[in-house]
Amino acid sequence: MITLEHVYLLTGAMFAVFAIGRALDRRSARRWRSAAFWGIYALSFLAGSHLSDLVNGMILVVLVVLAASGLATADDAAPLAERREAARRNGNRLFVPALTIPVIVLLVTVFAKHLHIGTAALVDPAHTTLVAVALAVLVALALGCALLRVPLLAPLREGRRLMEAVGWAAVLPQTLASLGALFAAAGVGRVVGQLVTQAIPMTNGSIAVVTYTLGMAMFTVIMGNAFAAFPVMTAGIGLPLIVGRFGGDPVIMSAVGMLSGFCGTLMTPMAANFNIVPAALLELPDRNGVIKVQIPTALVLLAVNTALMAVFVFKR
Amino acid sequence: MLVLSGIAIVILGFALRLNPLVVVGVAGVVTGLAGGSSLTGVIETFGRAFAENRYVGIVWLVLPVIGLLERAGLRERVQAMIATVHAVTTARMLLAYLLLRQITSALGLNALFGQAQMVRPLIAPMAEAAEERYGPITTATRMEIRAYAAATDNIGLFFGEDVFVAIGSVLLMKGFLQQSGYMVAPIDLALWAIPTAIAAFVIHGARLLFLERRLKRARAVAR
Repeated sequence: MITLEHVYLLTGAMFAVFAIGRALDRRSARRWRSAAFWGIYALSFLAGSHLSDLVNGMILVVLVVLAASGLATADDAAPLAERREAARRNGNRLFVPALTIPVIVLLVTVFAKHLHIGTAALVDPAHTTLVAVALAVLVALALGCALLRVPLLAPLREGRRLMEAVGWAAVLPQTLASLGALFAAAGVGRVVGQLVTQAIPMTNGSIAVVTYTLGMAMFTVIMGNAFAAFPVMTAGIGLPLIVGRFGGDPVIMSAVGMLSGFCGTLMTPMAANFNIVPAALLELPDRNGVIKVQIPTALVLLAVNTALMAVFVFKR
Repeated sequence: MLVLSGIAIVILGFALRLNPLVVVGVAGVVTGLAGGSSLTGVIETFGRAFAENRYVGIVWLVLPVIGLLERAGLRERVQAMIATVHAVTTARMLLAYLLLRQITSALGLNALFGQAQMVRPLIAPMAEAAEERYGPITTATRMEIRAYAAATDNIGLFFGEDVFVAIGSVLLMKGFLQQSGYMVAPIDLALWAIPTAIAAFVIHGARLLFLERRLKRARAVAR
């Protein structure tokens, strides 16, 4: 069976190659620091499941220290003239590997339940999507190398260039997710929920609705994740007040409440994988460039959600 | 109350534009200590969570494919192609992607597209090229179009995926309500995501059309 662990090994191997590539580049400044950063991140993928919590924690500490001390800058892209010439030569064949990724992801997610080796499933049913992405990448790579006639090292070199352009932001989403776990363990959610309910007098249903939707959005902005905000706000305001005291419908309250949280996700650097990583991937000079574009849509949609809930939640 | 100090550190750190990775690390340690853990305990909690959340980093596997294709001229090919199709404008192209992203996510196919595998190699270059057809564009305009491309992907994903019954957030809601004594059907939760999905399309779509108007006006001034 192909499991998540296999995908981790593949990802770790890729980062290990990036680290070696950086270490071998004698002309680059800070090459050892960068090689250590990607090498240790590779170690986390390769061995993280077998290391103790303390060692995994030390890995994170070292990554943060290396990132703070500054990593090597990415290599330059191939010159424009060269890429134009390649584009002319390769033509529409270029789209084949690019579109292979969604096609394979689609096929694997749809048909995975029917694929078996003996009695065991071919793909771990708990992680179908992640395995599908890894398989799709391998197929696209093979196709790309064959169709475009490039050596196998080319994708690894170009992959490292893109990865180094993203830089330390690469580990930020994972670190933020871990921060969420620490917040949860320390009981941050409970304290925030108590503060909100104490501060606002809940004299009628509309006030409860507005507090709930805005609270979902604001708490998501702080935590970077609507999933963390939902239990806190729903246990603090949604269930006891909107449903309990004012007789609202729990389905509408939850569904629209979660979507109000998603409006918060659009507005916060804490949701790094959606907001900060794309800015790095697209080489925007402003780290918050994507968030700035999203804020107006998020605010109007939050108002719409609040109105939706206020109008429909109390009707039976 | 003391456990909220981590939140204060995060807000302050982001506001002062310090390295977010360092800010998050410090906030985590402070929160853990304030919550009564020892320093080793905090590092262990952090480490366990970091290892458990490695799946977030799997998205980077896509980069060698994207890098290879860009080296082989994918962006330039996309741009040459868009230049010949006159019906395609930046806003229309992003509107079409918004709709496609919402519909595929609503069908549970939220990993089909994404920032690394779709926006960087295809969607952003197409959106840029559609405007470049009218002449060279400024760096500021290019970056604004790129930011809109990334935003369109996020909005399409967020306000499409909840329409699917088996997505994480819907199951989380069902599980939480069940624990609290309310039995609800995932399909009802998913149905109540549809009004917001439509509103998201209308609101962001309107903003894309405004973007188009702004681009057109800038073009007229430049000429």
